[in-house]
Parts: sequence; structure tokens; C-alpha cells
Amino acid sequence: MSESDRTDAARYWRGLEERTPDAALQVQLRPEFTPQADVAPQGLDRRHFMQVMGASFALAGLGACTRQPVEELVPYARPPEDLVPGRPLYFATALTLGGFASGVLVESHTGRPTKIEGNPEHPSSLGATDRFAQAALLDLYDPDRSRAVLHLQRIRSWEAFLQVLEPALEAQVPLQGAGLRILSGSSTSPTLAAQMQRIRARFPQARWHRYETVSRDGLRSATLAAFGRYVEVRYDFSQADVVVALDSDFLTTGPGCVRYAKDFMARRRVREGQYGMSRLYCIESTPSATGAVADHRLSLPPAQQLACAFALAFECGVHGTGVLGPAGAGDLEKWRQIIGLDLREHAGRSIVIAGDESPVELQALALAMNQRLGNLGRSVIVSEPIEVEPTSHIGSLRDLVQDMRAGQVELLLVLGGNPVYDAPADLDFTAAMAKVPLRAHLAFAEDETSESCHWHLPLAHELETWSDARAHDGTVSVMQPLIDPLFGGKSMHELLAVVAGDKERNGIDIVRRTWTERLGADFDTRWRRILHDGVVAGSEEPLLPLELQRDSLTQLFLGVASDLAPRLERRNDSLEVVFRVDPTVHDGRFANNGWLQELPKPWTRLTWDNAALLAPATAARLGLANEDMVELEQGTRKVRAPVWVLPGQPEDVVTLHLGYGRRRVGRVGTGAGFDAHPLRTSAGLVHASGLRLRPTGEQVKLACTQLQHAMEGRHLVREGSLSEFRDHPHFAQEMGHGVHAPTSLYPGFEYEGRAWGMVVDLGACTGCNACVVACNAENNIPVVGKAQVRKGREMHWLRIDRYFEGSAEDPRVVQQPVMCMHCENAPCEPVCPVGATSHGKEGLNEMVYNRCVGTRYCANNCPYKVRRFNFLQYADQETEVLKMLRNPDVTVRTRGVMEKCTYCVQRINQTRIQIKKEDRPLRDGEILTACQQVCPSDAIIFGDINDPNSKVAKLRQQPLHYGILEELNTRPRTTYLARVTNPNPERGAAAGHAGDVRGH
Amino acid sequence: MATETRTTADSPLVAPGHTTATVTDKIAAVVLQSTPRWFYPAFGASFGLLMLFMYAVTILFAKGVGIWGVNNPAGWGFAIVNFVWWIGIGHAGTLISAILLLLRQKWRQSINRFAEAMTLFAVACAGIYPILHLGRPWLAYWLFPYPATTGVWPQFRSPLIWDVFAISTYALVSLMFWYVGLIPDLATLRDRTQNRIARVVYGMMAMGWRGSAAHWHNHDTACILLAALATPLVVSVHSVVSLDFAAGLIPGWHATIFPPYFVAGAIFAGFAMVITLAIPLRAAFGLHDFITERHVRNMAKVMLATGLIVNYGYAIEIFIAWYSGNEYEQYMLTNRVLGPYRYIWYSLILCNVVATQFLWSAKVRSSAVAVWVVSMFINVGMWLERFVIVVTSLTRDFMPSAWGMYYPTRFDYFTFFGTIGLFLSLMFLFVRLLPMISIFEIRTLLPKARAKEKSA
Repeated sequence: MSESDRTDAARYWRGLEERTPDAALQVQLRPEFTPQADVAPQGLDRRHFMQVMGASFALAGLGACTRQPVEELVPYARPPEDLVPGRPLYFATALTLGGFASGVLVESHTGRPTKIEGNPEHPSSLGATDRFAQAALLDLYDPDRSRAVLHLQRIRSWEAFLQVLEPALEAQVPLQGAGLRILSGSSTSPTLAAQMQRIRARFPQARWHRYETVSRDGLRSATLAAFGRYVEVRYDFSQADVVVALDSDFLTTGPGCVRYAKDFMARRRVREGQYGMSRLYCIESTPSATGAVADHRLSLPPAQQLACAFALAFECGVHGTGVLGPAGAGDLEKWRQIIGLDLREHAGRSIVIAGDESPVELQALALAMNQRLGNLGRSVIVSEPIEVEPTSHIGSLRDLVQDMRAGQVELLLVLGGNPVYDAPADLDFTAAMAKVPLRAHLAFAEDETSESCHWHLPLAHELETWSDARAHDGTVSVMQPLIDPLFGGKSMHELLAVVAGDKERNGIDIVRRTWTERLGADFDTRWRRILHDGVVAGSEEPLLPLELQRDSLTQLFLGVASDLAPRLERRNDSLEVVFRVDPTVHDGRFANNGWLQELPKPWTRLTWDNAALLAPATAARLGLANEDMVELEQGTRKVRAPVWVLPGQPEDVVTLHLGYGRRRVGRVGTGAGFDAHPLRTSAGLVHASGLRLRPTGEQVKLACTQLQHAMEGRHLVREGSLSEFRDHPHFAQEMGHGVHAPTSLYPGFEYEGRAWGMVVDLGACTGCNACVVACNAENNIPVVGKAQVRKGREMHWLRIDRYFEGSAEDPRVVQQPVMCMHCENAPCEPVCPVGATSHGKEGLNEMVYNRCVGTRYCANNCPYKVRRFNFLQYADQETEVLKMLRNPDVTVRTRGVMEKCTYCVQRINQTRIQIKKEDRPLRDGEILTACQQVCPSDAIIFGDINDPNSKVAKLRQQPLHYGILEELNTRPRTTYLARVTNPNPERGAAAGHAGDVRGH
Repeated sequence: MATETRTTADSPLVAPGHTTATVTDKIAAVVLQSTPRWFYPAFGASFGLLMLFMYAVTILFAKGVGIWGVNNPAGWGFAIVNFVWWIGIGHAGTLISAILLLLRQKWRQSINRFAEAMTLFAVACAGIYPILHLGRPWLAYWLFPYPATTGVWPQFRSPLIWDVFAISTYALVSLMFWYVGLIPDLATLRDRTQNRIARVVYGMMAMGWRGSAAHWHNHDTACILLAALATPLVVSVHSVVSLDFAAGLIPGWHATIFPPYFVAGAIFAGFAMVITLAIPLRAAFGLHDFITERHVRNMAKVMLATGLIVNYGYAIEIFIAWYSGNEYEQYMLTNRVLGPYRYIWYSLILCNVVATQFLWSAKVRSSAVAVWVVSMFINVGMWLERFVIVVTSLTRDFMPSAWGMYYPTRFDYFTFFGTIGLFLSLMFLFVRLLPMISIFEIRTLLPKARAKEKSA
């Protein structure tokens, strides 16, 4: 094509829109007229080729001339004192979810973070983390993170963006910022609070909106009704003898869950002669991980659940709750009395807790009950809000949408979040946002919202950022970066500093400014102390002595109760829908995280997908089975979803997990699950009735890691009630077939030095999955993808087995972490033809990857089926950025090699070297396996069983101690403590511990 | 088998009217005549399957065993099923050549040559699988005890190492036996062929055989010695293969009956395959005079006898599962009969138990077509038996949480049918290049030869 042709072509236009300089239209036009679409349709001639190549070379030269920021570089002429290659350093920082911080220590190998551990000093962590914190590492190295500032999909620079933003801000100054809106999630950051104040000073009319899928709006509104103001509520489970959870998954999700699990499980640790134990009732509208741990679990549809909560509140003597009369059917009535009595007997030592996603009425009932029972100030602590400027998220978002629709918003900055994806469907956020003339999205990766904004700005990961945040109890942490932003991302603070017109625009300067004001004298010492410890000592929010406003609560209850009566009438033709954030990918922010996608969800053991969860009875009535595709219809909105039949799901309730079906996401999340948001309206954020379900006759494939639900009468998970344990302490050991006297022609193995062993306390395990992700991170375990999981080839060295027991409608569920048993008579060892798996001197069953030829005989012969085989080349050895992720102490395996749990042998060896150098004996608890270190409830204990004083050796003497499949004479080194539950004797004694809970 | 001595007075092993010259003519003609027209499509089809095999193996080496259906509970699938199946088929040859030779069973002489060839080809097919199924097949040589610079030896406790020895020994001895037996006939072909190249090749292979008395004497001694060497192998090879399973602790594997049960199964399968091949070949080349109805009857009887031992093995497995009182063993049985792979088990019973019983009838035994049909059932049944042992046991063992399913992929089928292609291609080449019936041994069956023997 010659020059003149091209200029001619440029004169023509294809529609009026193309001539309009309106940026909003340009956004819509983009997919049709992709850049360069009109160039060289019939190949290149020589001349044009030379032109293009010449230009490319010139640009390549220019591209290399990116101006580097002026920063001091210190060459390693004299290396830093602490830096020894091969020896990691640990830095304290924090990670946030929903604004709340959990303190972490990050392991850094020569400048790259490789593993995240909990910070023992941090009150929300105490050394453990949840699954999300473990997986944050993979997010940091996500190859699909955005790598450049984009304007209408074209690469621009941060400076180019500032050249647009700053004039736009200047234009707002005379308007006092009336057209400026900022939308973000919750935050607890003192620096952000200070920045917001400065922005207000510059733009008094500007507004800051907040929205998150898990908004905790219910709790906020309930505190508003109960105390007349926003307050924060936190719990002290170490003070609770009886806990009633109303749809609360406090053990595995939400602010403080790690701490809660620790405190809660510490109160349930029974040993010989130590029988004190708390009791947990769960009344829930969809099965949760916490429900799996409960001593009694009632599975009720939302309306019945609310009625039950009313009845309980009445039983506790809460005003204004008696209007509903008896709680319904006879069984429910009995439960009301039993739980009510239990609560009253433990007044002041109990907790009623509603879930983070629960609606205001449930939260208010819980608060009122806690107040009535005298728990406030003891086990339930009310304090000043910890979030910055708490507000109702849905109200805030609604205001924003209204303003945008009215054309009052001229500049919208979306900081994180993904409202285009997760805003309630009825608000039509996307259409409203399209009216804003200038909108920018600061986001971790290009997502649905970036697509609808003019500017996409890469957000730096929390491990790359200076910031600060507060724990669930208010303790402040300063977050420090472990690494420079890999792809040039910016933090929220850096963007807000521009908006505020501050001079400090560097992350560290911004955060230091806040803290210089706060710390005052002796800044340097204190600052260093804070960074070192990861927490600001003594900064937790003190207890706030507040009176409950009984009248406004009574008003609330009366209003809710009158609405409730018709809802209790069950209509058979329609179903109720319950929305929950997903237990692994959360609200969708982790959709591109392979570790979390491949993490089997509690109860369903599904990976890579969400599903419409149905009770077995409901599914049978509708003629549906697993993997059947259905169309769900709520009002005029429709969604297509696969069915998963879940025992324990309340009848006629469909649970949909949010966070899936992302339209614009990286390579991992693409195509995973369905998007349930179209059914979720601002009136029914948590649950809604009137859902219609229509089978489509199609089928989809889901990847479930455990196909068998029953234990087949085998004594793998052993459990008993507290009274059983008291009467027959050895009940668990008697359940097995016993071990035959070892008969062998060969002399036994002598373990003269140390003998490693592990005990898993089934009573303490919450099934939270943190250990599984920790194991992935520590041991470079590859992600295999949905198709391979469907074939049964997931690589997790540590899996959590789940078994149902009792009826399909109302089962009890038990969970069991299973890793390599490191058998003393390991069946895998003698069958390997090349000796690639051998017996270590200290009893470790060692896997020699280099020697493995891959016969898979060892895996076949392993009765526990804990060995994992690289059927294909699973580890990604090509993607550059993922190479930084690997733990340098652990081999990255190639295809054709067997692998399995090693008891984190690299950690054992590190300590072995250390103590040899220091010439001292091993201290018990000095070596922590990755799963043990991360476990919030201390359910995994590792150590030397030859040392009679070690914790693990003592636990092996407990009457609850048993090994699985011991009758095969494998002599496992990984053993278990039987689970002890504490059912209410009123209810539980008759049927023992099992299957006695009847919800409806 | 012992009953066979009784049948010496039975119909003759070579049809009446043959002389040494006609026997030689007739058998050598199969090789020396021009290629029959049906041969091209038949060989072409086999060769096509062989090419499919090459394709499947290329992809396998490029990508890994993940292209197959093997997974976490079922670490072994089609590859091991096929391996055991082929090894089993490879058993008839040695049995016929060694044990029946020592037992002076004259009737073996018309079938031993191609039974031995079949053995070799089946062992070749079997031997491929243990290498293909490795995660890292290029390291297969680590299974051999060679003096490595690393100082690392194979692990002699592993049944897979015993396999390496058992199978390589078996393959070598079978090859030697077969080749030694071929020498006089190679000399015959050398003398008879019109083609110069063939003459040179056969001549070199005949190793200067002139048919002198000293040659015959040495040849006889070598055959008897090799037979004595090969005899224990008949028992050992499949016993060792069965130990791959019996030494494991998976319910359905861990059984003391496995070695004898596998050996009987192997002979059962081997004879079935001999019949499967012999009857069509006999028809194609008109060799009814040498492979007579009596041969078919005898082989049917061997199949019946070994089949009954196999059936006894099934019964004992069921009995022990119940009698042991072991819940895992009991579940293993429940799973076979009622589990997700129950139809495989039902088909196995149909093929190996029900179909075998037809051989009780003398009428069935005298009908070549009927015996051939039964042998086909047995070929399938023995494959299914190995599937039941390998896959059904592995997919549901001790931990219900780890139970799974095994679904073969198209590459599993490609490889399986591919080795059948390899086997048939080799078989077709053998039939056209070497005398498929031992010429010199048939000569000894002629009445004339017998008269000489008697008078001597």
C-alpha cells in the first residue's frame, strides 16, 4: 500500500461515532476497530518491510531508553552483613483481605520472596495464616499481572496518565471536587485515612465510596441500630464455653479467623485427664467449614434460620423477639430449648456470632443475645471502628451509581476491586459508569472494570508496597515491600498522593509522613522497631463501654418479624437462593491463582468450578444429578450453572458461590465456573426467594477430588463424644483391628538418633486448607489444571479427606488431613526396582527424584495413596517470572518422576546444619513443617519421637492416639489423635455422637 | 496332559500318503512359492497397525505417560494389562517345545515351530510395555545391574527386577531354542530355493548344516539340553510376573495362589493363541495334512485342563476373600462383582469359565471352527482377567477417599492395537520367510520313519 493510499484511507470514516472525539464512545468502539487492523492486508512489499523494520529497530532502541528513577544503588562490594547466599532472610509485613491485616513474616531468598509465614507477634496471626495469605505469593508472581499503564488498551506511561489526571484534578479545584469520586474497598490503613483527609481538604465536595462483595454491611447496620453508631465487634473464643454460630464461618474466613480458630480450638483440646471442652452449635443456611466442626449442626433455609434465631433470642430474653411464637415444628422447638438453656447456663461465657455476610437482622439478634447473656465486654468485645470511615457499602455504591447516572461525576478513580463484575445486578453499574467522562482503574490485573475504564493502572502487590493496616483487634502493622514492583505497579497511596496534591509521591515517603506525625520523638528507633516486629505494640482498640439501645433494636425486630411470617410459608414451586463468596477464590480476586483454584473446597471437594449446590432431596425431586446443567432464573435475570448435590444442604435452597465466571481474567481463571452475580440484586445480596430452576438437559464436567463419600466401615477417622472419651479413654485404639506382632525374617530397623514423627489432631482440624496451600508453596508443587484433576492427577502432597456419615439430608462430616505416613515398614520401599525411594536413618521415607524412572509401583503399593506422579511435565519451567517463585531448597520435578510429602526434609536439614554448627541438641518444636507452621489451630505436631519429652512423643502416648491401616503392619510415623466432639448430653447422649442432628 | 499318551493309537499325526519328499515340498512351498494375493492386504493391515503403534509411541515419548488414562489410584493401566497378556500368550511355545519334547509328545512336532515363533513375537510385544510405561523410559537401563560409576545397583527386593531377569532369560532361551530347531530346515530351504540372495542368506543362517550323522547327533543333544534349560522357565516366568502383584499388598493382588494360577492361565492363553493362529494358517496354506484334527483336539484338551485350573483359581480367590474375614479382601470381591467395573468381571466369567466348558464336548473339540471360536473367547477373557486384577483392584483399595476410576484414552487403545499389529506383522513375515512347520520333525512322524525306529 503506497503513502497516498493510506492518506486517502484516513479521510474516510465508517460511521459518525468514529469522528466523535468522545472518549466514552471510543471505549465502546474499541473491539470493532482494533489498532492496526487497517494496515497491510495483502502482505508486505519490500519497501514497506524496510520501513517497518527500520521503525522497529529505532523504537527498540528508544524503548531501551526508559528513564530509570534516580535511586541510590549500593553495589555488593561489601555485601550486607546478614546476606548469605542460600540462607533466607525474613521480613515482617502484613497482608490484607477486606482491609483487615494479618501479620506475616516473608522468607526472602536473595531478594525474592519465596514463602509467607504468620507473624507470631501479630494478634490476628500468632504465627499462622489462612489459605489466602499462603497463596498471595503466587499472586505476586502471576505472569498475567498487568505490566503497563494502559489507555484504551494502548500502552502508555504513568507520566502520561498524570498529564491527564492532574489537569482534570485542577479543573475540579474550583468546583471543590464536586465531580471527583473515589471507589475502593474497605481499608484500615492510617495512611489512607490521612490521605483521605488531605483530599477532603483540597476537594471538600469529593466523595469516597466503598464497595466489596463481602461488605460486612449487616454487622455495620446492626451496630448502628444497637449502639447508635458504627462500632467494631470482635470475639474472644478463649472465653467461650458455648458458641452459637449463625451462618458464621468464623473458623476459616473473615477478619481474625486465624486467631479465632486458634483460640476456639485451644478450648477444645482434650487429653487424658483433661476434659474441659467448649461446645459449638451451627445454625446455617449452607454448609460451611465451621459447620463441619460443629457439635450440632442445624441446616435450615434462610427464613427458618432467622425464625430459629428469633426463637433463641426469645429464649435468652431479648426484647421484641417473642412476636413470632413457637419456633415451628416440634424438633426445632426442642432445639430452641436445648440451645437456649445451654446459652443461659453459660451466660457471660458464651458467644453468639453471625457471619460476615449475614444480613442485619441476624447480626442484630446475635448482638442482642450477647448483650442479654452478659457476653459483651467478656467474650464479645465492642470497640471503636477499625475501618477508616465505616459506611454502608451498598448504600455507598448506590449513591455513586445515582450520581454517575445523573452525570455529576466527572472523574472516577476505582482503587482495586472489580465493581463491573461484582456490583449488584440491579444497579447496572457498568452503564452508569460509562457516563463518567474520565475514569481510571488501579488494578492488579486487567479485569472487567479495567475494560470499561479509560485508564488501567497496574496496582503493586502488597509484597511490593509500603503501606499500613490494622488487625481485627485494631493492632497496627506497617507493611514494607519485599521487592521492587516487578511490573512497575503503583500503590493506592501513590495514586492518592497525586489526588491530594502532596509532594511525597513515593510509597515510603507517604507512609513515613503518617508515622512521623504519629510517632513523634525518637522516630528512627521506633520506626525500625515497628518494621522489625511487624506490629505497633499496644495499638489494639480498647473495649468500648456502650449501652445497647433497646428501643431501636426492638423496632428492628418487630419490622423483620412481620416480614418473616409470610416467608416461612414454604412455597414448593420456587426455591431460595443463598449467595456466598467462594471458599477458595473468595470474591473473584483470586480467580487467577492456580493454588486456590485447585484447592478442593470444604464439603464439596470441587476444584476449578463453582456449582449450584442442591440438597439430595431437592435434586431427587427435580430429577437432577451432579453435573447437570440448569438455568436459574430470578425475576428476569438468568444464569446457567451446573448442579452439585451436597448432603447437608438445606432443602429447597440453592447455594451459589460468587467469585467465578470471570469474563476478563488471566490464563488460570479463564473459563472457570459460572458468574452468579446477575442473580444478585441489592435487595437480595445474601439470599432471595423466588428462584426458578429449569434443567437444560446438558451436562458439564466438574473436577471433584474425592468421589467416595462414605468411609465404607473402615476406621480411618475415629471419633467419639466427650462422655465416651471420659468413660473409655481408649475407644479410638479399640476401633482398629490392632497390630499384629511384627514377624519378619529380617532384623528391624534401629533408630538410634532421632526418629521423626507427626501427629495430626483430628479434633483440632477445621479443614481450612491453609496447610495444603502452604505445602504447595514450600515444596514447589505444580498446579495441574482442571482436566488433569478430573483424571485424578492432582499433585497435592497433603490432602484433606472428607467423609459423610449418617443420612444424606443431614449428614455429619468428618475431615482428615492425609500426607505421607513415613511408614517404618513402608510398602513403597521394597517394590522400587531402582531404589529411588529408600528408608532414611531417622525414619524418613525418602524420595530420590534423580533416581526415579517412574514405574509407579510405589504409588500402587501405598495403601494411603499419598504418592503423586508427574504424568506430564506439570511444573512450568518456561515462564520466567514463575522461576522466582520456587523454593530454592526444593527440587522442581520433571515429568515421569514420583513425589510425595517429605516432612519438609529441607527444613529438617537446615536445622540439622544449624545445631551442628552451634553444637547443641535439637530443641523440640525447632523444626516446623510447612503445614504445621501455618495451621491456625495447631492440629499438626511434628518432632522427634525418640525424645520422650517431645510434644509429639507425648501425644503418641495419649489414649486418643491411633494410626490408620495399622493392621497392615506399615507402622506409620504420621498418626492421628481421634476427634472428640462435645454434643449436648440432652440431645446427643441417646445416639452417641453420631448423626443425631436433625434440622427440619 | 498325561492322558495324551493314551492317544498314540489315535488317528495318525500326518495324513496318510505322505513321503519325506512330499512333506518337504509341501512345507517348503509355503516359503518358496510366490506370494499369495491375500497376503498383501493382510500384511498391509497389520503393518498399518504397527505404524499406529509407532505414532502412539512417538507421542508418548514426546509428552509422557499422561497421554494414557493412568492416574493416581490406578498407576498401572493398559500397559501392564497388555504386558501380562502378551507374556501369557508367550507361554505356549516353550511349553510345547520343551516340556512336551521331554515328555515325548510326538504331536507337538507339527505345531512347535510357529508356537515358538509366536512366543518370541509375543515376548517382544510384552517386553516393550514395561519400558513404554516408565515415566522416564530413557532411563530403563537402570533396571539392569551394570557397574555404574555411581555405584548404585538396582534394588533386588523389587519384583520388577525379578521381572527383568525372568523375561530377558526367557526371551534369550526361547530365541536360542527356536533358532537351533530351525537349522536343519534352513539348510533345506538353502538347497531348494531358486533365488540367489535367499540361498546366501539361508546358507549363512544354516551355519553349514550338511545333515551328517554327527550333525544330527549334536543337534539332538542341543535340543534336549535346551529343552531341559527351558523347562523351569515355563514355570518361572509367569510366576515371577505374578509376583509383581502378589508381592504388593493391594487387595486383589496379595494372594499366595497367584504363581500357579498365573502359570496355568498363561498356558491356557498360549494354547488359545496357537489355535487362533494355526487354524486360519492351516486353511490359508492347505496344511491340513500336518495340522490334523487330532492336533486341534489335543490342544483343546490342554486348554480345557489349564482352563479348569484357572477356574479353580477364581473360585479360590472368592473363597479366600470370604474365609479370610478380611474386610478389604471382602470388599475387593464385592467391588469386582458389584462395583463400577462389574461388566468386565461378568465378561471375564463368560469368556474364561462358561466358554471353556464347551470343550468338554468331543463334538466341539473335533470341530476346528468351534475350537477356534472358543479360543477367541479365551484370548479376550485372559485380557479381561488381567484388567480385573490390575485396574479393578487398584481403583478401590484401602482409603475410600482415594478411590477413583480408570478410563483408557485413545492412546491406550492405539498402543494396544499397535502391538497386535507388531505381532501380526512379525507373524506374517515369519510365515513367508521361514518354514512354519518343522520339516525335519514331521519327517520323523512318517510311517516309514517309525518303522525304522521300531526295527532299530
